[in-house]
Order: sequence, then C-alpha cells, then structure tokens
Amino acid sequence: MAFAAPKETYSGKVFEVVIGTDKAVAFGGENVLPFHSFEGNVPHRPVIAYEIQDIPPDDWPETVKKVYGSVSGDPVTWAKYCQDTLNAKAIALRLLSTHPDRENRSPEDAAKTVKDVLSAINIPLIILGSNHVEKDSSVLVAVSEAAKDKNCVIGKAQEGNYKTIAAAAMANNHKLIAMSELDINLSKQLNILITQMGFDKEKLITDPMCSALGYGLEYTYSVMERIRLAALTQNDATMQPPMLADVGMYVWKIKETQASEAELPAWGSLEERGITWEAVTAASLLMSGAELLIMRHPDAVKAVEKFIDELM
Amino acid sequence: MALTGVEIFKLLPKTNCKKCGHPTCLAFAMKLAQRQASLDACPDVSEEAKKILGEASAPPIRPITIGVGDKAVKMGEETVLFRHEKKFVNPCVFAVEINDSMSDEEINKMVDDVLSSEIDRVGQKLRIDAIFVNNVSNDAGRFESVVMAIASKAPAVPLIIATNNPDAAMVAVKAVADKKPLLYGANESNVEAMANIAKTYKTSLGVTAKGLDALSILTEKIKGLGVDDIVVDHGARSAKEILEANTYIRRAAIKKNFKALGYPVINFAQRDDRVLESLVATLGVTKYASIVVLGSIEKWKNLALFTLRQNIYTDPQVPMQVEQKIYKIGEPTPESPLTITTNFSLTYFIVSGEIENSKVPCRLAVMDCEGLSVLTAWAAGKFTASKIAQFIQESGIENEIKHRELIIPGYVAILSGAIEDKLPGWKVIVGPREANGIPAFLRSKVSQ
Ligand code: B12
Ligand code: SF4
Repeated sequence: MAFAAPKETYSGKVFEVVIGTDKAVAFGGENVLPFHSFEGNVPHRPVIAYEIQDIPPDDWPETVKKVYGSVSGDPVTWAKYCQDTLNAKAIALRLLSTHPDRENRSPEDAAKTVKDVLSAINIPLIILGSNHVEKDSSVLVAVSEAAKDKNCVIGKAQEGNYKTIAAAAMANNHKLIAMSELDINLSKQLNILITQMGFDKEKLITDPMCSALGYGLEYTYSVMERIRLAALTQNDATMQPPMLADVGMYVWKIKETQASEAELPAWGSLEERGITWEAVTAASLLMSGAELLIMRHPDAVKAVEKFIDELM
Repeated sequence: MALTGVEIFKLLPKTNCKKCGHPTCLAFAMKLAQRQASLDACPDVSEEAKKILGEASAPPIRPITIGVGDKAVKMGEETVLFRHEKKFVNPCVFAVEINDSMSDEEINKMVDDVLSSEIDRVGQKLRIDAIFVNNVSNDAGRFESVVMAIASKAPAVPLIIATNNPDAAMVAVKAVADKKPLLYGANESNVEAMANIAKTYKTSLGVTAKGLDALSILTEKIKGLGVDDIVVDHGARSAKEILEANTYIRRAAIKKNFKALGYPVINFAQRDDRVLESLVATLGVTKYASIVVLGSIEKWKNLALFTLRQNIYTDPQVPMQVEQKIYKIGEPTPESPLTITTNFSLTYFIVSGEIENSKVPCRLAVMDCEGLSVLTAWAAGKFTASKIAQFIQESGIENEIKHRELIIPGYVAILSGAIEDKLPGWKVIVGPREANGIPAFLRSKVSQ
C-alpha cells in the first residue's frame, strides 16, 4: 500500500495578536492545529510571560519564592529582573494587593504601580486584577487608563464584570482577556457579548480557565482542543482569538509542588518536581492550543522554551 | 473501512436459519455493523466471508500486548484523534532504556529503580511499565547476559529487546521468549532475519524506517512473512518530526483505515536535559505514542508523567468516582470525628490521605455527587444542605456515633447554617479549605 500523507486543510485561522510597543511580540495567526507546520502556516511561536505581583509572594512555595527573594519586594525591581536578567519576552503583573481580603489597595494605588512598572520596562505588559469580580471592574478601569496606548493586555473580563473592563480596554487601546469557566459554550458566549459592545474580536484573548496537572488538567486540555477545532474546522470567528494558559498560579498551590521529599520519599526531589510540574502542565496546554502562557519558575520557562524550539 | 450492514449481509448465508439468535441474516448483519454482535454466532458463515469480515471489523490500530501476567501491558485499539470524542483506550507504556555497555552495577541500580517506581495515585497503581534493553555493545554474548540478568531480577517487568543485529536478537529473545517480549530493531536490511526470529519465538516485532512510505512497505513485508504483531518507529527524534509522524500515522489508521500503519507507535524521548525529556514525553502521551522510551526515571519525573497519562486517558464523559458510603479511616470509635466530602476520586483520595496523615481515627462520609469535586458539585446543586442532610439521615450513621457533629469542607462554609436547619440536633463545624490543613485541624480538635 502506498502511503499518502493525510494532510488536513482548514477553513479557519486563529487571529494574530500583537502586544506591547517597543519590543512588541506577536502570537497566534496559525491556520492549523498547534505546531502542525507540516500542513499549514504557523507564523509565530507561543509567548511565555513571567508572572510578578504587586506584593511579595508570601504564599508561593519556597522553590519558586526563593528565585525572586532579592527582587520581589518591589514590582519595579522584580519586573526589571525578569526583563534584564531572565530575558523575559513579556511580563504579567498580578495586582493581588487590591483584593478586599488582602490589602484592599485602591484602584489609584494600582494605577501608580502599573505606571511605575511600565516606565521601567520595554517589553509587553499583561495587567491582571485580583480575580475579585467587583473590585476588578474598578481596578482594571483605572489601570487601563494609566497604561493608555501602551498596547497592554488587560485581564480578566468575566461574565460578571466584562462591560466596564471591555469598555476601558477599548478606550485605551489594549487587548483583553475574556475568561469563563471550563465550558466551550460559556467561552463562546462571553466573546460574543464582548464583541457586541463594539470590541474588536481580533483584540481578544480567550482564557477557558487553566487547571494544574493532576487537578483538572484534562478539562482545560479538552476545552482548548475543542475551541481550536471550532476555530479551524467551522471557521467560527467567536472561537478564533488566541488562548491563554495562566499556568503558574494553579500549579504552585497544589501539594505536588509543596510537599517535601522527607514527607513523601516516593515523590522525589521537591525542587525538580515543582519545576517539572509547571513545565509539563504548560507543555500539555501548548499541545492543546495555548499561545500565551503565564508562568513563574525560570527553569520551567526555559525548559518550555527549549521544547518550543524543538517544535517550531 | 468499516462495512455497512448491507455489505455484511451480502457475505452471510442468507438462509435466515435463526441459529445466531436473530430473526434474519439481515438483522444479524445490522448488529454486526454496529459491533453489537460477534460473527462467531453464525455457525454457517463461509471461510472466505470470515476473512473479509474479520479484516473489516478489526480495530483500526491493532492491539498488541507485551509481557505476561499481571504486569503485561496492552497497547493500540485507539479509535479517535481527540480525547473529548471518546475515551483513549490503552494508556501509553513508559519504558526506560538500559544499555548493555553500562556496568553491571549501573544496570542493577536502574532495574531497582524500575522495581521501586510504583506509585498509588487516585486509587490506581502506576509504574514504569517496561525496560528497553539496548544492544549498544553490539556484542551478542554481552547482550544475552544482560537481558537474562534483567529478566531474573525483574521477572514480571515486560521487556523490549532492542538490537538490529539478528545474531544478538536470536540469543536474547530465545533466553526470554516465555515472557513475550517485544523485539525491536527490524529495518530494511535485516527484515527477513528479524521477522523469522519473531515468528519462531512468537514475539511482537518493532520495525523502523525513515519515512512513512518506507515504513508501510516494511510492515506489509513483515506481515507477509507471518508476523502480525507489529510496533512501528517512524524514525523521527525531534519534537517537531515526532508530532508530524505520530499525527499522520494516527490519522491514516483512524480516518483512512490504512492497515499498513495501523499499529502502536514507539517514541524516543531521551534528552540530556531531564526536564526537557519530560516535555518530549508529554508530547508522546498527548499525541498518540503507545510506548515512550525514557533515558532516566527520577521519581519526580515519573510522578508528573504518570499523572499526565492518567489525566489524558480518563473518560471525558464520566469523572473517576468512588462509591457512596461512610469510610472508616484508622479505627474510629463512636466518639471519633465525622467528616463529609463528595465522591470525585481525586477529592476522596486527597482528603482521605490527609485524614490518614493526621493519625486521628475518623469517619469520612462520601456522598454521591456524580463524581464532581466539592465546589463543582456545590455550584451544580448536587452538594446542597438538603441533600447532605438526607444522606446523613439515611446513612444510619446516627446509630453508630455518639456525637452529632459534622465537619464540612471549608469551601462550602456557606452551607453550615442551612445544614443545621435541616438536621435537627446536629452541629456543623467548618473545616479548613484546603485538605492539607486537615491534619492540624483534626489534631487540635481531638485534643480539646
Ligand atoms: C475541573 C472543574 C470542573 C469540571 C468538573 C470536575 C469534577 N469532576 O468535579 C467541569 C468542567 C465539569 C466543571 C463544571 C462546572 N464548574 Co467547575 N471547576 C473545576 C476546577 C477547575 C477544578 C475542580 C477540582 O477538580 N478541584 C480539585 C478537588 C480535589 O477539589 P475539592 O473537591 O474542592 O477538594 C479540595 C477541598 O475542597 C478540600 N476538601 C474536600 N473535601 C473536604 C472535606 C473536608 C472535611 C475538608 C475539611 C476539606 C475538604 O480538599 C481538597 C483539596 O484541597 C475548579 C476551579 C479550581 N481550580 O479549583 C472549578 C470550579 C469548582 N467550577 C466552578 C463552576 C461554577 C462550575 C460550573 C457550574 C460552571 C460551568 N462551567 O458550567 C460547572 C458545574 C458542573 C455541572 N453543571 O455539571 C466554580 C465554582 C464556583 C464557586 N466558588 O462556587 C470553580 C471554583 C471555578 C471558579 N469559579 O473559579 N468544573
Ligand atoms: S445463523 Fe447465520 S445463517 Fe442463520 S440466520 Fe443467523 S446469520 Fe443467517
């Protein structure tokens, strides 16, 4: 039997998104499944952003906290360290201190932090709220204004707060993350609602919600795969924004990245276990369709970059 | 390509004799087409029809088993390209490479690592499934003695005998033929000799070629030589090429029913950088490998890869769940605490593990929530105050314990008042949110 390569061509294509100004980066743009450059066009590699916070990462486990020990006291120093020493291509600043159960800092405080960080770096910035639905709607409006025309990514708009956040992102020329909870229909619906407000669908990034290896990864994996197939095979424009995997925050809170080897000898070295857990979670979501990743440990980022090198 | 009912009907005796238990041959043909009946049920079917139907009804990827006994591993039989369509069937095999030019000491150490690799996760026992013994020395005598040493030290672990030298293959396979190893290393220049060994000792045969066209020609040739159980290596080693070749093979088998590549695929993930190796293995697990060969098996890497494989191979329709009942942890007395959670396997195993860690004897009431986690079940209206109250009342637990205190997960603290309303006489205590807070919580509770 002669073998004929069963190539697939698709009617749809993922939108290409460019973020940042000085050292802008692009992701998305492919018209095939992830890394299927053998049958179509994969113009860009996925982008990994380093996650930083506006307050010291007290609740990060030691393995990853210690990496930033000398810089994490201040978001500006932290951001510069990621850019200059770790060669980050982008930074994701999480404004955790604005959460009402934390320091409950004001939107004005958050806006100042964002301005300070932006003036210290020239790589793209992703600005994330504290994931408190009400508070985020005021915080993310203030920071969108503070970062006007810097072509940042603002996130995350959810069902309960997308209106104000999308309006602010639109008025100040930013990209926007739309997050829903592990359901392809909810994800589609939110993208529709946001574009109905006049928000350009080509400026959206879909976050179908991440989960860590061993803690629901298969749900994120399959939702992403289904979204990507809908974008390509059905040419469904509401499913064509690139996808985000917010990996670090889910990985570095589970037991596998925290329990010591003394406690669980069968699990092996804690340090490598944590790094590998983050890298494997990220790699599997790359295989299912993520183009933008947010990660924490530099060694995990490096391993995933090498993996991408091999895949491109 | 699968045959339709009518096409099958044309091959049946058409006597409507009913011996198959169906009123007509046509009815039986329809059941066969839906794979709800087996051809054996018709005693009168011709040999020729059997052959045609047998081939048409064979799964698009041939099932292959290596090893014998409890630890034998089955591969192949996949039916879809994407896991949301239908459960992936046979989890890929992790094999570690041991090469015969390593010292005996090193080899011993690696075999020990394989033997101690088993981990219990969410109720499943997971381990490094096989050893890939590579004839790097190219010395038949050395190879034979290494294979025998490994087989005697790890008699239950399936073996992959890797060599492209038929003399070495012959002696090594002969030594462990009763263990049903996979002989890997057939290629264009040795195919007759290798197929002959596989046939003589009834082992499966791993074949490699550069390019899928050459590979399919070789598998056809091997089949012609009388070996049916084949594992294919497309020769790709970089992540990019592996993805391409694995994807083409899986598509050709599933969508085109291309028999010449309808076999399990073996991938090689070995890298000096061990974290990168884990990621190449991740590619294999997610994208269609049936065997992933690793260069090392550190415990941390195993845990991550076993977990990934478990995630990818779970049924997308039915979450893994445990039975609804009141589990005893340690030896609880009528005074011991009573805790409650949902029947999602992951939740149950995490929570029961932490209760065990606390060393406080305890009862854990596990409520059927269709396999959903605590918060998901709560959000879906399955872990509600009235359902919890009903479950506690009907469980008969009130006759077993003296107190009336129920410890609920911290994430559903909001339910505490409503449960007390629906369970007169009971007091609800809100436990910690995360399970890792359970040991400290239970210890302080019983010391009060
Ligand atoms: C995977 C997942 C799903 C899967 C289901 C997986 C499953 N089998 O349950 C799917 C995709 C089906 C799903 C669906 C939904 N989900 Co959901 N899902 C998740 C996700 C990502 C992980 C859940 C999980 O597996 N957790 C791991 C297990 C082990 O956690 P657990 O059971 O809670 O147990 C922990 C603790 O509670 C504690 N614990 C457990 N028992 C006990 C007992 C005692 C005594 C104590 C002290 C402690 C304790 O210990 C455990 C470990 O620390 C979470 C978000 C997240 N990352 O947590 C959202 C989440 C639970 N889902 C949510 C929602 C809203 C939904 C949906 C309603 C939305 C939708 N998409 O339609 C549906 C509802 C389901 C339905 N209608 O059928 C929300 C719940 C919101 C809320 N706060 O109530 C969450 C929190 C997402 C969010 N908003 O951030 N979901
Ligand atoms: S046993 Fe065979 S011949 Fe008889 S009815 Fe069934 S299919 Fe037809």
